[in-house]
Amino acid sequence: MRTVALLAALICVVPLGAVILFVVINGAPALNLDLLTKTPKALGTGGGAATAILGSLQMIPLAAVLAVPIGIAAAVYVAEFSGSRSARIVRFAADVMVGIPSILVGIFVFTLLVLPFHQFNAFAGSVALALLMIPVVMRTSEEILRLVPGSLREASLALGIPMWRTVLSVVLRTGLTGILTGVMLAVARAFGETAPLLFTALGSRLVNVGDFGKPMDSLPVFVYTNSRAPITALNQQAWGAALLLLLIVLTINVAVRARSFRRNVS
Amino acid sequence: MVTNMTESPASPVEQPAPVSAVDPVAIRPTVPPPARTVPEEGVAAGAIEVRGLNVFYGAFQAIHDISLTIRPNAVTAIIGPSGCGKSTFLRTLNRMHELTPTARVEGSIRLDGTDIMAPEVDPVQLRRVVGMVFQRPNPFPTMSIHDNVVAGLRLTGRHSPAELDEVAERSLRRAALWDEVKDKLKANGTSLSGGQQQRLCIARALAVDPEVILMDEPASALDPVATLRIEQLMAELRQSYTIVIVTHNMQQAARVSDETAFFTMGEDRAGYLVETGRTIDIFTNPKNQLTEDYVSGRFG
Repeated sequence: MRTVALLAALICVVPLGAVILFVVINGAPALNLDLLTKTPKALGTGGGAATAILGSLQMIPLAAVLAVPIGIAAAVYVAEFSGSRSARIVRFAADVMVGIPSILVGIFVFTLLVLPFHQFNAFAGSVALALLMIPVVMRTSEEILRLVPGSLREASLALGIPMWRTVLSVVLRTGLTGILTGVMLAVARAFGETAPLLFTALGSRLVNVGDFGKPMDSLPVFVYTNSRAPITALNQQAWGAALLLLLIVLTINVAVRARSFRRNVS
Repeated sequence: MVTNMTESPASPVEQPAPVSAVDPVAIRPTVPPPARTVPEEGVAAGAIEVRGLNVFYGAFQAIHDISLTIRPNAVTAIIGPSGCGKSTFLRTLNRMHELTPTARVEGSIRLDGTDIMAPEVDPVQLRRVVGMVFQRPNPFPTMSIHDNVVAGLRLTGRHSPAELDEVAERSLRRAALWDEVKDKLKANGTSLSGGQQQRLCIARALAVDPEVILMDEPASALDPVATLRIEQLMAELRQSYTIVIVTHNMQQAARVSDETAFFTMGEDRAGYLVETGRTIDIFTNPKNQLTEDYVSGRFG
């Protein structure tokens, strides 16, 4: 029994190492300065993923700007103001939302923000990513707000500080590091999402800086399209971009988890 | 069985004006006070009259028909066994009980003649006049010592940095903490010892210039030395403020208070007022047998 359980546990750990190893071996040769700085060639080989990197670096901040205030405000509602019944409903909805296949979110935003304008656009991409980020931000923020001791709220209210100011300057301020952890995890998730972007921002081989009404490339979509191309050089670029994506997501995850681990230990 | 022996007879007008050793003008902050209730003529600021107070948590009655007059510029101790509604009573005095969704209050509480339970009274404004210090020190962990003290001002209006510095120093001096922290005002409030933290919380309450300070067992989480300092502080603060303290500790009540109110729990588990009067009378010459049993340590 013990051996079987140990084997199962190993199977849980091994894929992480295997995926990392696989991506590093295949991606390392392609992850070079060209990949980071050059735009894709119109035809054939050469070029790089600069378009995709720029795209991700624009769509994800916009998605965060949309999702973070809503996610935190919803968490404040659930943790500070609502009754237990409505809190349960909102929490349940957020939990289900986390588990919904992201492609469905993509289709939803496609019908909402792409079809009416007959134009794939980066704004729709950011909205789709934001919809995926909101429940993550909301749930982690809510957990943190519940950890803020009630005695601090009482101390603040007893000073004649209004409830809204107490929430902003005492409760949220006290939970700030934990809330940032949730935001970073949501950002990491958004970095890797492919399906919702295929329906919305589509991807593009043209540099798009600042025009959210037009298609925009992103790292995961770059990996997807280039890995399907019948040209080995483009497949190589896909591996390089995949490694870059892995590094970004792993860095965020490890940094955030290391910090919360240290906090738990100390 | 339990009777209210001493229904306070005095109308507030008959009460002696508070005798203060320190010129109150000199020690009052110059910061414009927040909007507050205007005292009726002849009523000293910080006088509280509780009449027929009943408090319910849902269907459970926590306090039964308490009437009590709290003298301004004096320390009133609320004593009694656990669960007799002492803290509940204290929390109704600045409407902190409203944070408990099921709590409901009947009766009247008048502060300087104004009914604080009236719907037009804003509890936020009320709490600037009736401050509170809690059982466990609860400084804001994200704020420095300085910012903790002036939090009540900084988070409710615009004040110049110089003004805040001045209020911080004055409040810390009054809370007998200035000399210990003057060189580390930027340090985190939670870096202080428990007793210092509690004095920081008192300074924080003083900074918004209240008339009344409610203290809910303010020394029960502290060691004897820190407790002594808090008690000394209360003796000084009494000259400028009305203080109501809930305490488990009868020696403490005897040491620090001018007036004592003894609560107990009835058979329905609701809190009753048994007896109230001058502290010396309650402890040396109680009128009620229950009081005598309690202060002599025979029950509770």
